[in-house]
Amino acid sequence: MKVRAQIGMVLNLDKCIGCHTCSVTCKNVWTSREGMEYAWFNNVETKPGIGYPKEWENQDKWNGGWVRSKNGKLSPKQGGKARILANIFANPDLPEIDDYYEPFDFDYQHLHRAGESKHQPIARPRSLISGQRMEKIHWGPNWEEILGTEFSKRRKDKNFDQIQADIYGQFEKTFMMYLPRLCEHCLNPACVASCPSGAIYKREEDGIVLIDQDKCRGWRMCVSGCPYKKIYYNWKSGKSEKCIFCYPRIEAGQPTVCSETCVGRIRYLGVMLYDADKIAEAASVPNDKDLYQAQCDIFLDPFNPRVIEAAKKEGIPHNWLEAAQQSPVYKMAMEWKVALPLHPEYRTLPMVWYVPPLSPIQTAAEAGSVGMDGVIPDLKSLRIPIKYLANLLTAGEEKPVIRALERMLAMRSFKRSQQVDGVVDTEVLNQVGLEDWQVEEMYRYMALANYEDRFVIPTSHTAYAQNAYDMKSGCGFSFGDGCSSSGVDLFGGKGQSVRQVIPVDMKE
Amino acid sequence: MNFVDMLVFGIYPYIVSVIFFAGCLLRYDRSQYSWKAGSSQMLTSKNFRLGSNLFHIGIIMIFAGHFAGLVIPYEVWTWLGIDLPTKQLIAMGVGGFFGVLCFIGMTILVHRRLFNPRVRASSSIMDTAILLLIYIQLLLGIASIFVSTGHMDGNEMKNLMSWSRYLLTFRPGEAIEFIGDVHWIYRAHVFWGVTLFALFPFSRLVHIWSVPVKYAKRNYQVVRQK
Repeated sequence: MKVRAQIGMVLNLDKCIGCHTCSVTCKNVWTSREGMEYAWFNNVETKPGIGYPKEWENQDKWNGGWVRSKNGKLSPKQGGKARILANIFANPDLPEIDDYYEPFDFDYQHLHRAGESKHQPIARPRSLISGQRMEKIHWGPNWEEILGTEFSKRRKDKNFDQIQADIYGQFEKTFMMYLPRLCEHCLNPACVASCPSGAIYKREEDGIVLIDQDKCRGWRMCVSGCPYKKIYYNWKSGKSEKCIFCYPRIEAGQPTVCSETCVGRIRYLGVMLYDADKIAEAASVPNDKDLYQAQCDIFLDPFNPRVIEAAKKEGIPHNWLEAAQQSPVYKMAMEWKVALPLHPEYRTLPMVWYVPPLSPIQTAAEAGSVGMDGVIPDLKSLRIPIKYLANLLTAGEEKPVIRALERMLAMRSFKRSQQVDGVVDTEVLNQVGLEDWQVEEMYRYMALANYEDRFVIPTSHTAYAQNAYDMKSGCGFSFGDGCSSSGVDLFGGKGQSVRQVIPVDMKE
Repeated sequence: MNFVDMLVFGIYPYIVSVIFFAGCLLRYDRSQYSWKAGSSQMLTSKNFRLGSNLFHIGIIMIFAGHFAGLVIPYEVWTWLGIDLPTKQLIAMGVGGFFGVLCFIGMTILVHRRLFNPRVRASSSIMDTAILLLIYIQLLLGIASIFVSTGHMDGNEMKNLMSWSRYLLTFRPGEAIEFIGDVHWIYRAHVFWGVTLFALFPFSRLVHIWSVPVKYAKRNYQVVRQK
């Protein structure tokens, strides 16, 4: 058993109102730079829809993620090492900027400069790449906002597989949900595996996947390797960039910007302990539908004394173990099983999980148009097809989705009878296999969602590994040039971020 | 001894090699962030796959051919049983074939760089310049094949091989003796080729140093500590 810790995230889609605050705050902080205008480390899509970039979920088209060969070995879907190297001159699976959208701004200066004319001057869109006038904007990170565009186009949504999708184009049958997306910081990242330069890596301490901007040579294989299309090629700098999980904030014990600013309080951050030795085995189980369970099986119980002991041996600090025990992510994903991974069939073992949305179901149930299954509405006849959610979250396996939805319904039902009728209704809990104390906890985390419950982030243990005094007056956050940490310096200088001070040994 | 020959074919190559090696080392050490392939594929991939693949395959083979011809001593070829006229014929055939591949590819790429608004706007001066300079060099090289058909005995080629041999063994005085009388098109090709090495560290060509050979042996996953 090789215990590692990772900060994971859960998004409660049941409460997402699609306000894009996460996207905008992220954009303002990280990608408001030339070359990255088109890139959204976080974007919110309306489902069903083909998303951004177009049809990102269609791996027959983009060849992202992993495939399992007959002998049980995994290799990137875009090809093994030999094929990746053979495609290095021109990547056949690379999305074009038009698959995202051509970045643009408006010609505001024209409003100042326009001469007298019969009609009011307007600011027209101009490409931020070529500077030319754009006659029409064709796509964007939230183009299908609230079911924008016609159904025939959204019909291509990959999650409609094995669903009689066409009936959902009818007005009476239509449904929608929001899907905020960011880098999944996978346990088995396909981007890392695709990088010829070895510039992408997963941090051992907190599992954040980062691109070393100094080592990136812009071979752009990671862009096609990532099945979530969450690596963006900066066309100005010629390097790839991705969501950094706001690591400077995480290290300081603060939530990511998207989580901090979420007005719906749908995001949760917490530590997950997992067994790194089991990653390969879990990612290569034969049946796609078993991938969700396989991933659950590699997470470790933070209360198990054997796990704690092994974790301490690996050097995981005490405050991280404490955080793992209070982790909202562990509770939602493992204890209550209400959070599910996004597209486990890509075999990347993603670490940003989603609570499936419930509201449309509940609304329909109250209107009396839904059959009841015991005391819980029968999920099978509800607005969002279970199969659609299952295609999105569990590789098509419906049981975990049903369990999650039923438990959330049971929580509502239990709390309603408790609060409104003053009755403790344990019958509904028995049906979904929950105890009343668990439901109270679920209610606290998912309905009230207090700040300190949502974000349990241990501060980075850099202080244990490095002498903080040595880093005084150091480089801070730098972008490649200067303060290089490559170790070798042509002019004999030493890395600038460490002061060579011999620490005083305190003895008692 | 011709002064201009000495300057251009005797001294200039040494100056250029200092610029080349020192420039690459300095850039690698000081400016890793600028060290990249600089692909513009994602801006528009129209014709890009064909153009880029033809260009790269062509130019790599041409480079290998020049290495075989100019750096590997011709005694090795004689020992292998390849005499001068045969060698020239092989060089013209293989070089011509890959030269044409490279030419088709480069024509696509040059057209794209000059006339695609997105690619053009996002190109630096050096991006465009280095492409055009390589294009000119390629045209000179292809043109020299036609000149070579006039003398199939391989002696002209031996002169050029001798020039590089004496230059590589630090005997510029003797080296320039061999290049004084060759056709101007070879001299232009040589001069232009040396000049490309001078520009190498300042252009995107540095990505050639970063051929990801280690990738073939590496584990798929990379885990690092902070």
